[in-house]
Amino acid sequence: MFDTLSDRLSTVFRSLSGRGRLSRDDVETGMREVRLALLEADVNFKVARAFVDRVKERCLGADVLESLTPGQQIVKIVNDELVALLGGEQRRLRYQSQPPTVILLVGLQGSGKTTTCAKLALATRREGHRPLMVAADTHRPAAPEQLERLGKDNQIPVAMPDGKRKPPELCRRGLEEARRLNCDVVILDTAGRLQIDPVMIAELKQIRTRVTIHDTLLVVDAMTGQEAVNVARAFDEEVGVDGVVLTKLDGDARGGAALSMKEAIGKPIVYTGVGEKVSELEPFQPERMASRILGMGDVLTLVERAQAHIDQKQAEAAAQKLLSGRFTMDDWVEQMRQLRSMGPLEGILGMLPGGRQMVRQAGAAMPTEKDLSRLEAIVLSMTPQERSHPEVLKGSRRRRIALGSGTTVADVNRLLKGFDQMQTMMKALGGRGGVKGVRGRARMLRQLQGLDPSQLGLPVR
Amino acid sequence: MTEEAVPEPHREAWWRRMSGRLGRASAGFGALIRSTLLRRKLDDEFYDDLLEALIAADCGVATSEALLERLRARVRAEHIHEPERALLALKEEMLRVFATRDRRLRLDARPAVVVMVGVNGSGKTTTIGKLAHRLRGEGRSCLVAAADTFRAAAVDQMRIWAARSGADVVAHQPGGDPGAVVFDALQAAVARRSDCVLVDTAGRLHTKTNLMAELVKVRNVIRRVIPEAPHETLLVIEAPTGMNAIAQARVFHEALALTGIVLTKLDGTSKGGTVLAIEEELGVPVKLVGLGEGIDDLNVFDPGAYLDALFAGVGEAPQPE
Repeated sequence: MFDTLSDRLSTVFRSLSGRGRLSRDDVETGMREVRLALLEADVNFKVARAFVDRVKERCLGADVLESLTPGQQIVKIVNDELVALLGGEQRRLRYQSQPPTVILLVGLQGSGKTTTCAKLALATRREGHRPLMVAADTHRPAAPEQLERLGKDNQIPVAMPDGKRKPPELCRRGLEEARRLNCDVVILDTAGRLQIDPVMIAELKQIRTRVTIHDTLLVVDAMTGQEAVNVARAFDEEVGVDGVVLTKLDGDARGGAALSMKEAIGKPIVYTGVGEKVSELEPFQPERMASRILGMGDVLTLVERAQAHIDQKQAEAAAQKLLSGRFTMDDWVEQMRQLRSMGPLEGILGMLPGGRQMVRQAGAAMPTEKDLSRLEAIVLSMTPQERSHPEVLKGSRRRRIALGSGTTVADVNRLLKGFDQMQTMMKALGGRGGVKGVRGRARMLRQLQGLDPSQLGLPVR
Repeated sequence: MTEEAVPEPHREAWWRRMSGRLGRASAGFGALIRSTLLRRKLDDEFYDDLLEALIAADCGVATSEALLERLRARVRAEHIHEPERALLALKEEMLRVFATRDRRLRLDARPAVVVMVGVNGSGKTTTIGKLAHRLRGEGRSCLVAAADTFRAAAVDQMRIWAARSGADVVAHQPGGDPGAVVFDALQAAVARRSDCVLVDTAGRLHTKTNLMAELVKVRNVIRRVIPEAPHETLLVIEAPTGMNAIAQARVFHEALALTGIVLTKLDGTSKGGTVLAIEEELGVPVKLVGLGEGIDDLNVFDPGAYLDALFAGVGEAPQPE
């Protein structure tokens, strides 16, 4: 996500930071580029203009240009302003001390309210709450059935319409149902309609008078263009919006909507939808998003994901082995499996600083999921003895392995060569004082960044 | 539900509807032009503001700059001095982007197979419902293949729409193989001698390679039954989508060779300028536009009417030569 914006911004920054001195003209030109980058990323044109003006003012003021590293200072200013634009602090759901907490979802049709409803319910349950969903979209054909299905699949109770009652009444009854079932969070899924539709706005207002809403969340498709601001303003003016859920961020959305929301209505993004599965909803963290946009990686998210998917003890043991050079093929496959459980390789590399450049440079040489599976197949076609002592692998064994894994001898050769290279490199790395301490780690990071993925020894075609 | 053919007045009605609703869509653009640009000199600031107006209408930076480049050339060559004439020249340039493309649906084959694809929530199911109604109104029999087996209750939604328009539905269990649904539907259509088969597919982001591959598979299944099908592969895009629409169109086009675009939700305040960028960059014509939630609210795209609405208030009085 946000790749286009990220790419264009890093081009601008490269040209700015490549020089020791910067003139006012350099800043002007650079900021024009930043503005175009934002516009191309669908950031609202007014927001883009205001943003660039703020950055420019800060760049030209204070002693930025006189400093020793003006380029880096400018990157920092842009980063700060991006964080501010994205909403500053992370915002959480407003759980009430007096349950139930009532959350109202509003938005255009097709923005993803019904899916978000289920995702949000699961998110609250992960935080230890008992959610109930109210199907109050009586407008779109089969919308309640969709919610009912999602509820059934995830064991979340759903208050269904009865074909007679109007949405405001359905919401009120949903609340009663929640009390009866002892649920402390109620999420209201309403009909999506254009923000200029008076009938829908009236319906939302009626819901608001009928039940006390604690959090009104506007669901916005991340791919929305210039229109995002108009939609958000209209909903905010008519029904009042407390926060935003940005959906479909797993595509190549350019981030315009994300960057325009706070500025347009002063309300932060609370959650982002990042996949088709109901578990794929993440709390929105402005700082992380900003560094991702600036191509500085998102190491924090990477670490969190690693913690969720990788067994710490196992990983440490593997690291020890790796550095001591006693790393076997089995360990390698295990590492690869754990790495893959964290998601696609490109995504993981993309979270490292400079990782995306690495991916891009590798281009077609970037190992695909298929390549990784093939690698695993090759190793699994070896006997345990072969795995711990790859030096015994001669011609006929290699032929057998190629046959067994459905690959060619050339693939097997490539893998063995790559494994050997990696072992040598890691031994060298471990030998020089290990990776303990800040310096060691920094050095390792540098060396890792200098790595070419196509040299990882994976059987790449 | 209704069996009667669509009479002529009906067609006129949508014209009024289109300009009425697009009027809303164009309000921002037209107002911006009227309030600021018409009273100005043709200087750099004029072009800057015009660029911003085009970008605000989602035309995109590249397309907008290209259009203004052409406009500047014309202004120089034709010695244009009045902003109004310059704006009309711009409108002509925009019309030229749209021109010369055949926007009619190719439905002569029997059965004619129409496949709807698009990202999640763009309006595929609704568009199929409306299209089925329209085709039924023209006296064609329709069969709908409910091949969105992924989204919960998508099949139920399709059934309700089909019932409204009087089309038949072929569906399988949720979570089934979309290819199998399509195969069955085509066999049924051939057996029943249906005029049209409309294929509803699950929404998918164009960045999901495996889901795009699934679509190609569905297409191949269609070809196995009817080699020259699908006759129409339409990408459904919602008007509020920004520059991402171009990325969507490009990827879907590369995978499936699109024959047209359906632009939905144009009855809001969004300008849908992305279609200009799509036609300029990819040459895929916009064939249908969705202008509302009613079953009748699907129309053939008329670039002239679209631009008239966008430029409402400009050059309404004849220009002195």
